[in-house]
Amino acid sequence: MCLGIPGRVTEIYESDGLKMGKVNFGGISREVCLDYLEAIELNNYVIVHVGFAISVLDEEEAQNTLELLRQLDELGSEPGPEL
Amino acid sequence: MKYLDEYRDGELVRRVVEAIAGEISRPWTLMEICGGQTHSIVKSGLDRLLPEEITLVHGPGCPVCVTPLEMIDRALSIAGRPEVIFTSYGDMLRVPGSTTDLFSVRASGGDVRVVYSPLDAVKLARENPDREVVFFAIGFETTAPPNAISILQAGRLGLSNYSVLVSHASVPPAMRAILAWPGNRVQAFLAAGHVCTVMGYWEYPPIAEQFGVPIVVTGFEPLDLARGIQMAVHQLQEGRAEVENAYTRSVTFEGNRPARELINQVFETCDRKWRGIGEIPDSGLRLRDEFSVHDAEKKFDVGSLQTEESTTCIAGEILQGRKKPADCPAFGQQCTPEHPLGATMVSSEGACAAYYLYGRDIS
Repeated sequence: MCLGIPGRVTEIYESDGLKMGKVNFGGISREVCLDYLEAIELNNYVIVHVGFAISVLDEEEAQNTLELLRQLDELGSEPGPEL
Repeated sequence: MKYLDEYRDGELVRRVVEAIAGEISRPWTLMEICGGQTHSIVKSGLDRLLPEEITLVHGPGCPVCVTPLEMIDRALSIAGRPEVIFTSYGDMLRVPGSTTDLFSVRASGGDVRVVYSPLDAVKLARENPDREVVFFAIGFETTAPPNAISILQAGRLGLSNYSVLVSHASVPPAMRAILAWPGNRVQAFLAAGHVCTVMGYWEYPPIAEQFGVPIVVTGFEPLDLARGIQMAVHQLQEGRAEVENAYTRSVTFEGNRPARELINQVFETCDRKWRGIGEIPDSGLRLRDEFSVHDAEKKFDVGSLQTEESTTCIAGEILQGRKKPADCPAFGQQCTPEHPLGATMVSSEGACAAYYLYGRDIS
């Protein structure tokens, strides 16, 4: 139920008073409600849950997390120097 | 695909698991709240990769599983009415009520339809002005804003033939209830990443502090889960009990403010029964009075309901993290996804379904 799938916003428009858009999920495009996102721009990646975008993914945070985990190999267990 | 493939990188997951193994010095029991996380853990085999000191118990975060039996029976009664188009997420159709399920109601002539989004149900109400369209609004905080929008939208479009059967649950009160149970085994929580995307995690520091348990907001891909487990174990090893966020690309402390405002505009807090668990104070959401025209419970009088649970099924103990699916004598025998005795075998978030689908412990 709380499944959320990331996709890229390819169109933004209004329909019956709601902010809607098209979101591309790895080649498949679906209509998604964007109405309760505070700010959304074309090509942003969003998490979509039951046809509604619930967040705009933060690219910088995503890269920071991956970078931190990639460094585990060099540093050993984070942050323990005692290993 | 971006934001998926990099979090399914097996090599990186192994590195994180090695880091956990390098640090862990005693057994710890962690609970992942959300059934979506349970499925990802079992599907990816992460549970088998982790050091044996870690026990993962699966939480009650499966809305289909915890929807009270009375509510399923009410849905079945409403769905059987000739004037009704009953709409629901697909997961609900096989959930056993006291005597039948929505699939069987459909087979007997009921107009039961699966929708992907509550806005699809609003569309049906618009296209069928002479019918009553009812949407089965179940779910946690993640699903509440879409349902709120559907109700507001029906109001704007003047669709008095659209109503919702509401069975919403809130996660933090359930976490408190689990920690307060006598015999609780949970020493740390992986909080549900998409619930927190909507709600933020400002509600969690008092829980971590009161019960002395680390809470780590965690995503759904194998690398997200490994990272959440690593952060929780690191806290446990250091004797800390704080709230941390391992899903920063989607979750902020405050959450999604407009979504939270929508929930407050349309719903109010109430006590709520959780199937298999019992009543948890302040753990539910019901429609505010001003939206009662869209309240299916008020619109359709179904009389008094006599509920009856399976005597074999141990779904309640599984949802409470006390037992595992293989502890049930019916698991994989009388109880399968095609013929479920309990909701945990039905849902794409149910622990029994995860164990069955990915071949865990089937003799």
